[in-house]
Amino acid sequence: MSDTDYTLAELCICACAEAWRDAGEILATGIGLIPRLAASLAYRTFSPDLLMTDGEAFLVSEPVPPGPRGDYEPKIEGWMPYRSVFENLWSGKRHAMLGPTQIDKYGQANISCIGDYAKPKAQLLGSRGFPGNTINHPNSYFVPNHGPRVFVEKCDMVGSVGYDPSAWGPGMKRDFVDLRLVVTNLAVLDFGGADNVMRLVSVHPGNSVGDISAATGFELGVADDCGETPVPTPEALDVIRNLIDPHDMRASAVLG
Amino acid sequence: MNKRMTAGQVVDELRDGMTIGIGGWGGRRKPMALIREILRSPLKDLTVVSYGGPDVGMLCATGKLKKLIFGFVSLDLIPLEAHFRAARQAGAIEVMEVDEGMLQWGLRAAAMRLPFLPTRVGLATDVQRLNTNLRTVQSPYDDGETLLAMPAIELDAAICHVNRADERGNCQILGPDPFFDDLMCRAAERAYVSCERVVETEELIGGGCIHTIAMDRSIVDGVVEIPFGAHPTSNTPDYGIDLDHLKEYAAAAKGGWNEYAAKFVALEPAAYVEAAGGADRISAIAHPIF
Repeated sequence: MSDTDYTLAELCICACAEAWRDAGEILATGIGLIPRLAASLAYRTFSPDLLMTDGEAFLVSEPVPPGPRGDYEPKIEGWMPYRSVFENLWSGKRHAMLGPTQIDKYGQANISCIGDYAKPKAQLLGSRGFPGNTINHPNSYFVPNHGPRVFVEKCDMVGSVGYDPSAWGPGMKRDFVDLRLVVTNLAVLDFGGADNVMRLVSVHPGNSVGDISAATGFELGVADDCGETPVPTPEALDVIRNLIDPHDMRASAVLG
Repeated sequence: MNKRMTAGQVVDELRDGMTIGIGGWGGRRKPMALIREILRSPLKDLTVVSYGGPDVGMLCATGKLKKLIFGFVSLDLIPLEAHFRAARQAGAIEVMEVDEGMLQWGLRAAAMRLPFLPTRVGLATDVQRLNTNLRTVQSPYDDGETLLAMPAIELDAAICHVNRADERGNCQILGPDPFFDDLMCRAAERAYVSCERVVETEELIGGGCIHTIAMDRSIVDGVVEIPFGAHPTSNTPDYGIDLDHLKEYAAAAKGGWNEYAAKFVALEPAAYVEAAGGADRISAIAHPIF
């Protein structure tokens, strides 16, 4: 592969990494391979002050490459068991990127279950940390399979907060809700439009605005300056291939 | 006071309908031998509080579970828990689903004998809408903020598994994360801890830095020595997560539970270890990489 060829996974990693640009000294959590590699890329390029974990209970001073560890020893610099994770995230010093099963135009997302709550058609994980993450610190999402079953009019179970004004009661503090990017296998979206409703900001090469709208289960606004998602720079590709994912685990990412 | 008990004696102290907290997290350091003892008993209608893994799945598979208070159920390296899914999809259990941070907050409230602890977490989500028992509270200070009042999760009993304990109930967790076992024990009327080995107190203190002493004896009522008592979940550094076993267990959700139960759940701890491949095999299981 030449320096200018790239895969969709590599494009997505680069697009996701932008979530952590100028993030400063906060914990970067990427759940799933692409978000994890994206956080690693951000750390290795433009956000070197990010805190990273080994995925278990240790802070590491450089991102651990996914896949077989071989002789690699994680560079431990601190301890972050789950009780510290909750203290960290409730204090706001984190930006997480997670994968929703459903997400609506307000950014409300679901990983709990599909169908009737009392007797779901498909039980999934449970709400996990979604409610706490999203009311406390910046969040972004990665969707590997952009389609109308993921981008829905209404989530079957709202686990994470969003910008739906009707969800908020009097006196509830919304100041820390900060949804940044939704990166998919087709496009990049954000909440920068009027009333923080989701909108299209760039389309990955090979797709059209119409493709994205058709794959989205609600009416999707389009940013005035919507263009094509930037392709990976040679520098980014070099970091991805040689430093953060030397075992090419990204080749196994299922996109679409 | 010598608090050594057998697993059978622990389960004899439990009653139908109790609320039981289970230590560990997902596929890690679950008191599985005590769970299997519960599965072999006539206990029923349990309410369980757990960072759920195969503990919850097995209680679902055997119909022991009436209600689950949880944030997730997962086997970690196998993200979804097949037996829990089957029970939910059959509408067979009641649930109180909360954020995983709310769970420790409710345990902390119970541990400190408070009626609730305030948090923003859960507001403006279906966690608040679906759990009609959750109420809000207004800050009495000038900010006047509306907060969710996470109710205390009071436990009748807690069961946990650790690496080492002394016979008086001091507990040592040698793995990287103590999770919330201490809160479970403090929130419970009675707390029972199984361990890989019961050792003299001096050996406990010498076996790891002082921060590994996770529970003091005032919050532990019973100590049970059960080597490999967390299998098939991990108990770092003694052994890793038995992914092959968990795959067999997960596959049993498709009609094979009775076979799995006869092969493993029916067995007393020593025979169980042999059935699971023996002490040498379990000790050699690699530690999980996340």
